Amino acid sequence: MTSFPWLSLIVFFPLIGAVLCFLVKAESSRWVALGFTVGNFLFSLPLWWLFDSSTAAMQFVEQASWINSPPVRYSLGMDGISFPLVLMTTFLMPFCVTVSWTAIEKRVPLFMSMLLVMETAMLGVFVALDFILFYVFWEAMLIPMYLLIGVWGGPNRLYAAIKFFLYTLAGSVLLLVAILALYFQGGHTFDILELSRGTYGATLQMWLFLAFFAAFAVKVPMFPFHTWLPDAHVEAPTAGSVILASVLLKMGTYGFLRFTLPMLPDATAAFTKPMIALSIVAIIYGAYMALAQTDIKKLIAYSSVSHMGFVTLGIFVLNIQGIEGAVMQMVNHGITTGGLFLCVGIIYERTHSRQIADNTGLAGPMPRYALFLMIFALSSLGLPGTNSFVGEFLVLAGTFVWSQFATALAALGVILAAAYILWLMQRVVFGTPAAAHRAHLLDLNARETATLVPLIVLVFVLGIFPNPLLSRMHASVTHLLNGPKAPAYATAPSPTLPVAATTTVAATQPISSSEQAATR
Amino acid sequence: MSISLQDLLAILPELIVIGAACLVLALDPILETAKKDLLAWLTLGALAMCIGVTSSQMTGHTYAFSNMVILDAYAAFWKLLLYLVTGLTVLLSLAYLKAERLRIGEYYGFILLALAGMMVMVSGADLLTIYLGTELMSLSLYVMAGLKRTEARSLEASAKYFVLGAFSSGILLYGISLLYGLAGSTSLSVIAEAITMQGTSNPILSLALVLLAVGFGFKLAVVPFHMWTPDVYQGSPTSVTAFMAVASKAASFGAFLRVFVEGLGAASADWSVLFTIICLATLALGNLVAIVQTSIKRMLAYSSIAHAGYALIGVVVAGGHRGDGAGGGFASVLLYIAIYSFMTLGAFALIGMLRKEGQESENIEDYAGLAKREPLAAFFMLVFLVSLAGIPPTAGFIGKFYIFMAAVNGGMTWLAVVAVVFAAISAFYYLRIVMVMYMREPEGTVASQSRLETSPALSFVLACALAGVVLLGLFPNGLWSLATHAAPLLK
Repeated sequence: MTSFPWLSLIVFFPLIGAVLCFLVKAESSRWVALGFTVGNFLFSLPLWWLFDSSTAAMQFVEQASWINSPPVRYSLGMDGISFPLVLMTTFLMPFCVTVSWTAIEKRVPLFMSMLLVMETAMLGVFVALDFILFYVFWEAMLIPMYLLIGVWGGPNRLYAAIKFFLYTLAGSVLLLVAILALYFQGGHTFDILELSRGTYGATLQMWLFLAFFAAFAVKVPMFPFHTWLPDAHVEAPTAGSVILASVLLKMGTYGFLRFTLPMLPDATAAFTKPMIALSIVAIIYGAYMALAQTDIKKLIAYSSVSHMGFVTLGIFVLNIQGIEGAVMQMVNHGITTGGLFLCVGIIYERTHSRQIADNTGLAGPMPRYALFLMIFALSSLGLPGTNSFVGEFLVLAGTFVWSQFATALAALGVILAAAYILWLMQRVVFGTPAAAHRAHLLDLNARETATLVPLIVLVFVLGIFPNPLLSRMHASVTHLLNGPKAPAYATAPSPTLPVAATTTVAATQPISSSEQAATR
Repeated sequence: MSISLQDLLAILPELIVIGAACLVLALDPILETAKKDLLAWLTLGALAMCIGVTSSQMTGHTYAFSNMVILDAYAAFWKLLLYLVTGLTVLLSLAYLKAERLRIGEYYGFILLALAGMMVMVSGADLLTIYLGTELMSLSLYVMAGLKRTEARSLEASAKYFVLGAFSSGILLYGISLLYGLAGSTSLSVIAEAITMQGTSNPILSLALVLLAVGFGFKLAVVPFHMWTPDVYQGSPTSVTAFMAVASKAASFGAFLRVFVEGLGAASADWSVLFTIICLATLALGNLVAIVQTSIKRMLAYSSIAHAGYALIGVVVAGGHRGDGAGGGFASVLLYIAIYSFMTLGAFALIGMLRKEGQESENIEDYAGLAKREPLAAFFMLVFLVSLAGIPPTAGFIGKFYIFMAAVNGGMTWLAVVAVVFAAISAFYYLRIVMVMYMREPEGTVASQSRLETSPALSFVLACALAGVVLLGLFPNGLWSLATHAAPLLK
């Protein structure tokens, strides 16, 4: 088992499918995409059991040289922070295919192929252990996403696609310069673990922090860099929205956790207050904007801004509850918001409108759909027993340690979420049905039910039994905060929350070099 | 001065090329029209022989013809690149000339003569040799630019190119004459010694530097000496445009670096300041003006101006930074131009052969809905454009990566920041073509829409360009070690 290249397999397996999509008949490309996404999920599933939750070291490490000079390595690995995101990505991709089954009618092979290329790039981002390799995957994602929005999107898709592209590209080109600067300051290496162990001067850290921030904050998106998000979300086809909301946004917060915190501890400590302030603004502003929307997709898009505010809040309070809550929230937001976008896509196929006013009173004609939508909605507002509750609760608990006032402000976001979600549900599920659409409103078919049920199951499983997931990230998060290079962080007392208390793993031993990282 | 066999062996590739050019010109009137393709194959044969000879001259550092010509890894690097792009241009021309009904045998003769000039440029060790090479290249290109004799734009391109080119040659000569006055010789090594001895404070030297920079600036098409580029690139037959944008730019960079490093290296502190300004202006103007173009040939003309700006970053950095860092800077220029050649040639090949109603599809609007009509052509174009924008995993990213790496290494992080901002801006105009190809519906009837006129030769060119762009993006090691091996050293 030591040498089996699990990560290369799951990263590049979809790419084979992407090529195959063009070689088969246009109709069959759907099956190819489904086969490869499901297959990839099955390949990634064993990792759940193979993953050693007792260590913070990188696991399933693969190393090979790629570029000789400067030394850029093809090195992959996974720890407790990337692990949940990888599984979430492979889990969600099959549903992106099934929801597009009939919704995408033109240029199906290209669409399916782009979905598979996206999967490769996204997984690559989460498992890359070389900064340049990370950057390659990070940027490689732009073109397929640009095409997904621009070719199959809504009426205003051209504007949304180019806006998405330029915003994210402008943010990430500065990251490249920062990476190069780090290379020369950090001992002439692009190895992420190596760079995380180095110490850098305060001024350099400030500049690097800002460059990293430009790349990651646009992706998250943090207020005030969020303006591309509502456009992109609204115009993208359903699968594109799901990928954007569930995975792409997480890459920004993942970047903060993987790079900013370990590499730039002093700058992180110095920027904690503004970052938390921006997070809280995002939470409240996003929620307020959501209240005012008449377009369901736009409403969910703004709710994403709000929910991602919780994630960045959890990250920058810099304690175990906060960060575990943040990672948890990343996964939960992926599932819940992904579910909501899938639901919107399903109803859009029937009524061809995303307006709330056109989609009212669905409980009558579509009872099963209404039930599923309701579950995702309640999860989105953080109802105890659903997945989002765990994440938001942990983040708020972590924030409480940092500042009670900040917690009070952030909690406002939870209340507002209840307001916009319940109001949305009141209209969409229980309102008076719009007569024009009644005839088309068939309840979910088998394919659609199969798309939503697994997500619903996860909503409850993660809501009621979060420990298996939390325990797998615990060692890595502890190491992130207490590792050899995090003296600046005031570490909070070890979590005493019932949901997180089961695992007490000594994970503070330093990883001496990436080669020694346990590969089991 | 006597000519030895050694000397003749040293310039064997040049002799082959010139011999082949004469043969082409001699055969042209004899051959029947239907058999003129033979001339192209003859040209390719000569190139293949040259590749063999030059590959054997990769190592070593020998002078020939009393220090007029130098044979080193640097010259060999450029020559090999030139053979490659010339070969691809010839194949492209096979298809393009037929489509344009330009049945002119001399065409291949001129290509070979231009190539001979370029080869002399990159292996000249004396300002006069280099000047002669530039003139041979330019004169051949003036003629080629005007080959579409019935089209006013082509004639205009030729005339404009000639007037401005002659003007810039004059300036170049003036600079050379000043240097001769200073050093008493036109040999680069003697000039270098003279400058080291006399110091760099002499105002005549500064004037000569400026004049040479202007002269080469015209050939490199950097701002503010770029004005001819859009018109000439647009008006010339597209195969010629590709040849100018790629081969002539590569040879000019080769000669330019040779002169400024080996001849004027001692004054590098002065010229690197000069080129910093030119570089910034080039990046800004090239990228910003490209945004508003409606003709894809003009857009690529501005894009090629902008790319010269990126390559200049490597020159600037190396000039301000002696030792190993300088090698990194120059090597990144060599790498960048090589990568640029593949993506630009690929893009121009597609432009030339995407035709409607017997005409090239030159307007960006003609590309509307191309992904539906010609999915493969659109995909190739997508890859070339993405590479030009510098987005991984294409070769364009690798080129920019090494350039920015050199900049940060040389302590010019600010320049790297400016350059990446312009790279992000450039993505806008490249992506606009992608948008038109993939996201817009075609207009007009089916007959009036542009289609790709395929032929085996064109397919081969496109496959080579695509392979270059993709493989160099994934496995840059080989080319980078060639470039570092060949890069000149600032002493």
